[in-house]
Amino acid sequence: MRVPLSWLREYAPFGDDVDALAQTLDDLGLVVEGAERIGEGLGDVVVAEVVEIGPIEGADRIRRVVVDDGTRPVEVVCGAWNFAVGDRVPLAPVGSVLPGGFAIGRRKLRGVVSDGMLCSSRELALGDDHQGILVLAPDDDGERPAPGTPLLAALGLEADVVFDVAVEANRPDALCMTGVARDLAARLGLQLALPEPPPLAAAAVATGDADGLVAVESPDLCPRFAARVLTGVAVGPSPRWLARRLELAGMRPINNVVDASNYVMLELGQPTHPYDRDRLAGGRLEVRRARPGERIVTLDGVERVLGQPGPGLGDTGEDCVICDGSGAPVALGGVMGGASSEIGPETRTVLLEAAYFAPLAVARTAKRLGLRTEASVRFERGCDPEGIDRAVARLCELLALTAGPDFSVEPGATDVRGDVPRPARLRVRTGRVNALLGTGFSDEDVAGALAPLGMDVEAVEDGVLEVTVPTFRPDIRPAPHGEADVAEEVARASGYSLLPRTRPAWPQPGRLTARQRDRRRLREVACGLGAFEAWTSAFATPEEHALGGVTLDAVEVANPLAADERLLRASLVPGLVGALRYNEERRSSGLRLFEVGSVFAVAPDGGSGGVPVRTTERFALALAGPGDDAWSALAAWRVVADVLRVADWSVRHGVPGRPAPSPLHPFRSGVLTCRAAGRDLVEVGVVGELHPQVTASLGLSDASGRSIRVGWLDLDLDVLLEPGSLSRRPEQAVPVSRFPSSDVDLAFVVDETVPAAAVASTLLDAGGAELESVTLFDVYRGPSVPEGTRSLAYRVRLCALDHTLTDAELAELRASMIAAVESGHGASLR
Amino acid sequence: MTAPLDVDALVAEASAALASAGTTDEVRQVTTAALGKRSPLVAAHRSLGGLDPDERRALGRRLDDARRTLEAIADDRRRALEAAELEAALLAERLDLGEELPDRARSPLSRGALHLVTTTRDALEDTFVGMGFEVVEGPEVETDWYNFGALNIPPAHPARGMWDTFYLAVGEPETVLLRAHTSPVQVRLMEAAVAAGMSPIHAVMPGRCYRRDTPDARHLPVFHQVEGLVVDEGITFADLAGTIETFTTAYFGPEIHSRLRPAFFPFTEPSAEFEITCTLCRGTGCRTCSGTGWIELGGCGMVDPAVFDAVGIDGERWTGFAFGFGIDRCAQMRHQIADMRSLVENDVRFLRQF
Ligand SMILES: [Zn+2]
Repeated sequence: MRVPLSWLREYAPFGDDVDALAQTLDDLGLVVEGAERIGEGLGDVVVAEVVEIGPIEGADRIRRVVVDDGTRPVEVVCGAWNFAVGDRVPLAPVGSVLPGGFAIGRRKLRGVVSDGMLCSSRELALGDDHQGILVLAPDDDGERPAPGTPLLAALGLEADVVFDVAVEANRPDALCMTGVARDLAARLGLQLALPEPPPLAAAAVATGDADGLVAVESPDLCPRFAARVLTGVAVGPSPRWLARRLELAGMRPINNVVDASNYVMLELGQPTHPYDRDRLAGGRLEVRRARPGERIVTLDGVERVLGQPGPGLGDTGEDCVICDGSGAPVALGGVMGGASSEIGPETRTVLLEAAYFAPLAVARTAKRLGLRTEASVRFERGCDPEGIDRAVARLCELLALTAGPDFSVEPGATDVRGDVPRPARLRVRTGRVNALLGTGFSDEDVAGALAPLGMDVEAVEDGVLEVTVPTFRPDIRPAPHGEADVAEEVARASGYSLLPRTRPAWPQPGRLTARQRDRRRLREVACGLGAFEAWTSAFATPEEHALGGVTLDAVEVANPLAADERLLRASLVPGLVGALRYNEERRSSGLRLFEVGSVFAVAPDGGSGGVPVRTTERFALALAGPGDDAWSALAAWRVVADVLRVADWSVRHGVPGRPAPSPLHPFRSGVLTCRAAGRDLVEVGVVGELHPQVTASLGLSDASGRSIRVGWLDLDLDVLLEPGSLSRRPEQAVPVSRFPSSDVDLAFVVDETVPAAAVASTLLDAGGAELESVTLFDVYRGPSVPEGTRSLAYRVRLCALDHTLTDAELAELRASMIAAVESGHGASLR
Repeated sequence: MTAPLDVDALVAEASAALASAGTTDEVRQVTTAALGKRSPLVAAHRSLGGLDPDERRALGRRLDDARRTLEAIADDRRRALEAAELEAALLAERLDLGEELPDRARSPLSRGALHLVTTTRDALEDTFVGMGFEVVEGPEVETDWYNFGALNIPPAHPARGMWDTFYLAVGEPETVLLRAHTSPVQVRLMEAAVAAGMSPIHAVMPGRCYRRDTPDARHLPVFHQVEGLVVDEGITFADLAGTIETFTTAYFGPEIHSRLRPAFFPFTEPSAEFEITCTLCRGTGCRTCSGTGWIELGGCGMVDPAVFDAVGIDGERWTGFAFGFGIDRCAQMRHQIADMRSLVENDVRFLRQF
């Protein structure tokens, strides 16, 4: 909200130190986001009369102009053509500094000395016009300002400061000048003087469906509606000072009726709406719910369809409409007027609405119709239902200044009152305020902080105050929650920066969970493998979703930022492969990237806790370095498993979901299974290579344009990292033998259908306690072995804890291992 | 005069040849023979001109039908063979992942790097752990209740405008959403504490959040926050201010301080915004801090009694404070990152700097 300091001073004698005022406003929570200094730099600019205009030889865009600055003729060079001899124009003399720091010096152009500058509106920061020089208009009596008059005086301007104040959503009272002045005056200990317009004749108070100027059919949407008739209105311009204030506050002056309404809103926070009564059928109003599908053309010229349920939670589509006597809607209550009864030059009789609309209903209407107005912003936050009388009287007082000799306020008026908020009364315990703030305020301190804010404070007993909260502060709740609101007021009054600071202590230690520690280690492992951590989009296009090969349904976003990225990602594949390509396009190829993040799918079991979405935290590592392939991914997994002490894992060949499309290479990938703590096998992820079609479709290729192999490790962290979910290597140390070990090399011819891991596992079992390690060191396929088989060569290291193994023992172990493999796998020793 | 073309026989013969084609090459050969420039079909088409109009139309239609039929059969066959050939090619490079030899995998030439957001989050977590906080996480997909309702933000509350929320097209409209802040974790944590017979809470809650903001130099629609919550006996606003100050100097350095000013959040009362000494100019005033020497970091306040009511905590016995701020913002300030979007581009030239 734009708040001119000159306007604030109307209500309390605020000082001149603009920075201090801005800081105080900040400290009150009325944050000053900017301060515009009006008239700054215009102190030296004077009115000059154009005396002579002549050409400059050899120049067709600039002219020599002689002006009279009130003391002497001044010669300047000017490039504007919109003035004539006799006009009054602003002259910035040599030595003056214009807004924005532009210093005027003596210049010589085409042999002509320019002794100053004639200025446009924009150069003076008085407007946007840069087409020509600002030519000063005669005043109301046809008099033109005398040369030498200071420009600010000639324009009737005073130097001013306009604060741009950010008002929080809970402070509707501060959305007006008197509201800001009240907070500021309270803090500075100044007396606040609100406008006291002469009171109007009391209105006939009615309830509900009254017979007067207005009938309210829906008092739940519009709890109070006060209507007045103003006759003999001469529509015309507002007083200059009033129009100027509106402009400073950022509103465009329109005519005296509309301006008075806007002025009162900015001054007191109460929106009002003037109707041209002669254009209202029956000359009266009805307030009711809009019927489903009913239409209205609002003042902005847009036709709106009303009474339609919106997407918001619990939004049943209720709009409050103001209708004329024929039942036709003429305004959208609390939001915007209609075009049909707008005030125009020929308006003579005004029906003035000043109402209190239900905040929730206005909020829903404004959101549903995408129509946010000065009025709706105030009503949805909560206007003061008791401020209506003052606002109407003030509007009439202001309008009387320009509305002509016939202007009068009809004595008959209707005020329909339903269930409006009443002043909240609450008990405030000083001890509780201190317990919340950590302070030692007395009862008097608390009362002293509240009273200047318009609260009635009464001491009930020692340490207990009875506080009556004015209706313009709906943010302060009734008991019991209101005590906290009052505590904030007390803190604001003293200033947050002056409150004490203490450092709390508690016996419980701070810590990370096991899962958080393991996740950090997992990330470190990936870095150690040369991978960079990426952060890719949580959203995916339908094409990207299909690429991920997730068979569960994708979760759709109801209001996506980009129409095509309307799904939540179900896989880390598209993001990471996209990141590889992004880098490749910038000539960073051969990378390893990883990501840790959530993936989403529609929960097949309906989900839990009202959330039908399954979220899984995953880790994925893409290995696209030179020579990277499934083996790199497997080696990476081996390191991960070691670090996380995963005791018992295996790779089951093939990929999940086949024959449905999968992003993985079907014959170079496998499912990682681990032994769960409950001894079942659980899947923790996949390891292998991306499908060549996936890498090709994403444009990943090597220097010669061939699709590259990308090793892929993709882990479900909800299984892998959840404490107790997998069986881990025990923490107990395994004793190490002090006696020399012996290696036995065994090569078997094994059918291709037998996984090498199965052979190794058989060797492990057969070697028993003496077996220290089994390592595959050679694989041979070729003419020396039968078709459909290969030779697997293992080195088995054997060792006993308590002695050196004898040749006989070694031979026996060797024989039993050979026998186990031959009988278990149909293999033969080579 | 050539013998009249037997179109049916030609189609039958060509489809049989296509069905027995074993490679995509064979499919191509059969197709060329039956439909190519020198095929009887094309020759017959060329000779249509010599027929009378009725005959020409009838035969023309039959020739076109035959071409379409054969083309469709050829396409199907080609697709099937392509799939089989791809399968065979993939099978030919089949691996037994048990045949892992010690030197199979390439070892890295250099270390990679953690993402800047990760290192920032880790450092923040470590700072808070040192101050006695636990680290707690919660789901990114939430209900309206956890994201808004329990936090004293009922439907259509004007304060909802502070969070432009992504809703998910599941369940009733606008009931399931991507959390717009980490505050839902507070609610879950307090519910859990109540369920456990009410134990004190001293926790920070880092995590990913979502808001419908168009990305620009200072905003990302997906971002990270860390939130803190202390609920215990005798906790005051002064404790909050002291905790913020301790954190600020511990994380940003001894010459960086904090200050609070009034603000509004529906879930705290009293509420405050907290600012820290501008990390760029160290408080002397610069363009980044608009000459004030202070930079806004986050919001905080005493847990609102309505929130305690919502989760069933006795607000007379227990009091608490909460605070929250952006992790990415911290990273941006500390490392002077001009454009937030660099964090999600994943350009390795950026990533490797941290
Ligand atoms: Zn600075």
